[in-house]
Amino acid sequence: MKKLISKHFFADKDIEQFIGLQLRYGVIISSLIVLIGGLIYLSQSGQLQLPPYHQFTGTRAGYTNFGEILTGAIGMRAKAIIQLGVLVLIATPILRIAFSLIGFVLEKDKMYILITTIVLTVMMVSIFGGLKV
Amino acid sequence: MTILTFTIILLAGAYLAGLVGSLTGLGGGVVVIPLLTLVFHVDIRYAIGAALLASIANSSGAASAYVKEGITNIRLGMFLEIATTVGAVAGAVIAVYTPTNTIAILFGAILLFSAAMTIRKKNQEALITGSALALKLKLNSSYPTKNGEVGYQLKNVGAGFSIMTLAGIMSGLLGIGSGALKVLAMDSTMHIPFKVSTTTSNFMIGVTAAASAVVYLQRGYMDPGIAFPVVLGVLGGAFTGSKLLTRMDPKVLKYIFCLAISFVAIEMIYNGYNHQF
Repeated sequence: MKKLISKHFFADKDIEQFIGLQLRYGVIISSLIVLIGGLIYLSQSGQLQLPPYHQFTGTRAGYTNFGEILTGAIGMRAKAIIQLGVLVLIATPILRIAFSLIGFVLEKDKMYILITTIVLTVMMVSIFGGLKV
Repeated sequence: MTILTFTIILLAGAYLAGLVGSLTGLGGGVVVIPLLTLVFHVDIRYAIGAALLASIANSSGAASAYVKEGITNIRLGMFLEIATTVGAVAGAVIAVYTPTNTIAILFGAILLFSAAMTIRKKNQEALITGSALALKLKLNSSYPTKNGEVGYQLKNVGAGFSIMTLAGIMSGLLGIGSGALKVLAMDSTMHIPFKVSTTTSNFMIGVTAAASAVVYLQRGYMDPGIAFPVVLGVLGGAFTGSKLLTRMDPKVLKYIFCLAISFVAIEMIYNGYNHQF
């Protein structure tokens, strides 16, 4: 009986289930990291005066690239740990595209392999393309 | 104000934003920006960074549930993501050259439009015969309803794709999910049943927001001190909202909220016009 149902159908459903789980775990992991970083941040500087958020300081505040965030987080700097959680959150939907690509490769759907590759390329251009104006 | 006080108040505010955003379908991002700028007088650039994170958190959290139910049209989402991601990156680049007051006015206008879209009549009908292009791109699909699987086809692929590019630009420029524009493209233009269009739109918001989020992160728009309460608050609120949605019909709430958001929108436009950002 099972043989009658096309193999493609199963691959499609499996990958959908997997994407659902991946999105969920991405959000859970990132919020846990943000929570840990946030609690350390509050215990260290909770009593300090609020930084002047009405003035935009931009990149001078630090933790704006992967290397900086990673070294900071390993050094247990509270703000860097929060930023690491933020990175995991941003990476979650990007990783989702990569998994969709694997799904379409398994299904041998050439048109959608191409379409997904285009989307992934746009993402990579945005990350590495030096758009930091 | 100390950091602790700010964090607690913002956490509560973000929780409400996530709750209201998920009950009305507008998403948490659109509430976070006025909350940060009008209430806390935070620079709109930090607010945009935080709103993008709220959109990703909201979208990924909700999409994980919808994808499992099989309502989301993944092929359609992926195809339209070409338009939204290119638009989002372009929007994030344009944002550097756009004065913050202009951004505030534009945001107010989109907010008014989103409020109107929320209370409009929804497309429940599945289209029987779609266009040739939709067939070629394998965009036609089916979704589960109370009466079993219902097949649907779609048309006006080109027009839908164009509106999606605009949605992407707005998303990159303003830091919001542009859910209202996405639904307009799918629901009103491509004639997709609204259950499919809302879930597919939600699924796409995370990818669109991530495309511009990387650019904003590198520019220092994302401040950890703001991101921390916003991400956790919005996630908590959205989670409560999704639980409540199964038990209640938020119709009255929707109207009240749309009225409230219209006032907020007018205030954003007014302040932007008077150069207060």
